Amino acid sequence: MSIHIDPLEKRWISVIGGILIITWAVIVYYAAVDDVSPPSNVEVIDSSKLHLASGVGGGEFMEKNLGVKQDAQGNITVTMVAARYGFYPLHVDVPVNTPIKFRMASFDVLHGVLAPFSNLNVMIVPGYVSEITTNFTKEGDFPLICHEYCGQGHAYMYGMIHIVPKDQFKPKMGVK
Amino acid sequence: MAISQNTANEISTDTVNTGNKLAFWNFFVAFAAFALALPMGAYQVLERSGLFPAIDNAAVYYASTSSHGVLMAYVLSTFFIMGFGYHTAIHSLKMKLWSPKFAWTGFGVATFGVALAAVPLLTGNASVLYTFYPPEMAHATFYIGAALLVVGSWFWAVDMIVQMVLWKKQNPGKPVPVIMFGTVMNALLWLWTSAWVASEVVFQLIPAALGFNDTLDPGLARTLFSGTLHAIVYFWLFPAYLVMYSILPKEAGGKLFSDEMARVAFVMLFIFSVPIGFHHLYMDPMQADGWKLLHMFGTFLVAAPTLLTGFTVIASMEIAGRLRGGKGLFGWIKAMDCKNPVVLAGCLSLLMLTVGGWGGVINASYALDSLIHNTQWIPGHFHLIYGGTTVIMYFAAAYWLWPKITGRHLFSPRMARVQLWAWFIGMWVTTIPWHYLGIIGQPRRVDTLQAYQQAPELVASWDFSMLIMNAGALTLLFSGLLFVYLLIRSTMSGRVADGAEREVEYAEAIHQPFKVPNLLNSLTFWNWAMFFYLIASYGYPVLQFFLIGTPESILWGE
Repeated sequence: MSIHIDPLEKRWISVIGGILIITWAVIVYYAAVDDVSPPSNVEVIDSSKLHLASGVGGGEFMEKNLGVKQDAQGNITVTMVAARYGFYPLHVDVPVNTPIKFRMASFDVLHGVLAPFSNLNVMIVPGYVSEITTNFTKEGDFPLICHEYCGQGHAYMYGMIHIVPKDQFKPKMGVK
Repeated sequence: MAISQNTANEISTDTVNTGNKLAFWNFFVAFAAFALALPMGAYQVLERSGLFPAIDNAAVYYASTSSHGVLMAYVLSTFFIMGFGYHTAIHSLKMKLWSPKFAWTGFGVATFGVALAAVPLLTGNASVLYTFYPPEMAHATFYIGAALLVVGSWFWAVDMIVQMVLWKKQNPGKPVPVIMFGTVMNALLWLWTSAWVASEVVFQLIPAALGFNDTLDPGLARTLFSGTLHAIVYFWLFPAYLVMYSILPKEAGGKLFSDEMARVAFVMLFIFSVPIGFHHLYMDPMQADGWKLLHMFGTFLVAAPTLLTGFTVIASMEIAGRLRGGKGLFGWIKAMDCKNPVVLAGCLSLLMLTVGGWGGVINASYALDSLIHNTQWIPGHFHLIYGGTTVIMYFAAAYWLWPKITGRHLFSPRMARVQLWAWFIGMWVTTIPWHYLGIIGQPRRVDTLQAYQQAPELVASWDFSMLIMNAGALTLLFSGLLFVYLLIRSTMSGRVADGAEREVEYAEAIHQPFKVPNLLNSLTFWNWAMFFYLIASYGYPVLQFFLIGTPESILWGE
């Protein structure tokens, strides 16, 4: 048994189909070609033991290991802890126009981080490491803003990224 | 020649009275919650704007935000939907409720749940916002109250389904009236989608809040919550669509353009809206991007029933406009009876849906989402879609129903129009700045912007929008209070509604079907389809938490 569909409505249905296919195609194209995909590393860590060398994922987020690191190939990684109410270390220097990998873990509750006017936007869920790579194209000071309610001091949670010219960049932690 | 469903047989006065009472008391709770939550919303805007340092207070702000969210999103919506559903079941099926006692039990459980949750909310012991993401924990009574609200609403959902099954037994082969078919699809949608938050609350949050568990996995909690968080907005929106399909064309003086395509849209809304919650987790670390991509496809599919609805409803409006003498390409718009609150609300609602819907496309496109995720854009988006598009239809439905359920004349339809216009304007003046603030980097869910003064240029760029939103919030406050006043005044005035005002009639379709395909008249197939779609989209993403060995989180206070 078929249903009655008005000819005009049939045309509208093809328009809907067209809109869907175009939208899907654009997103899949950029995901495949430009590797535009959301932060999704599915990596577990013991959030209550970030300060210890032991435990799941232990050591990486100890205080002495936080901050900016550059490896032998020149890749830059920023390791940060999100905790009520700040992103630690509170200040980091990174070079402009360079891919920067951020690795972040929460020490306590749910947090999120946003650097306005960039694609640095990720949830920081206790028990998981958040990894996101971004490229800052403008020099200057950018606040890191916590964008998920994390307690009554939530609005005061911040950090600061200083984006410096490439020739002024000196990784504080030295070459790993 | 179509047979009118509205004159088939009469319903007993007893049955009508039961339905009216159920509708009235459900609406009473819904709109009382609205009246309580409304000034909180206005307060939050003024507080956050920073213009009135005297009212700055983080503890009050977050208690207020949590209460506003829970009351507006969960209490107003759920009770409105239940009241509207009981009324619809009785008047569209023209039969008595199979068990009024069962219905009242559900109402009692849900109301008790709300009262229980209100205590910690209003006293600042559940300032965890309406998303209550762990490991931040609220007082246990908040979770227990919320769970009871959901359980109470399940009584309603079961009621709707039983009612339809009984009607089909008495009317073999006949199509279920389209508004009832939609109501039942929504009940089914709610049963499937609320199961996710129910399992989060029952298996994770309540045991933790009561001290039976010392730890939990926030990744699992967020994943489960995402299974409810998206489809719930379709649960809220569904009755708004039903008003547009089945009441608006009649009020406008026309007919429903297509009964069958309405059913197709209802089935699509059901099946497409549940297994797609991952766009709320796009920026989360604990789900892999392949699953996010899969959900992205599904998220866009929900645009289909909404675009179909837009077509059918606007076509129905055009029929009405032309029947009233409108000519030419746009003449029918002018000819429409915009003095009727339902017609006016329908037009305003569709305008908000069009813009809000395109905002939703940004949220669903995961590359663009990284620009606006958890920024002020998000409250802008959902206030426009829920507070605007959906709630304005709740207002319209209340104006339409009030004379029918209370027997009292609606006090001043003119003031009702002023109220609807004010809500529409207030919603734009509030949410356009919010969308813009999100794009230029303002986070949501903050009570103050003082800390961001270290980036003075950034904060300065927010100033103008922060000023405008105050005007929007005050307009919404005025409109909302006017709505509540109109209902109270109508109930108290004692002016008895005339026969026409009290008559319940639904729009007929141009081609009123004698028969519809079984797939558009029954639930079994769609339940199985939902089951398999859910297994495919959520099966592994939930199962993985039992395989990857996440060290669980300890619990934290607010």
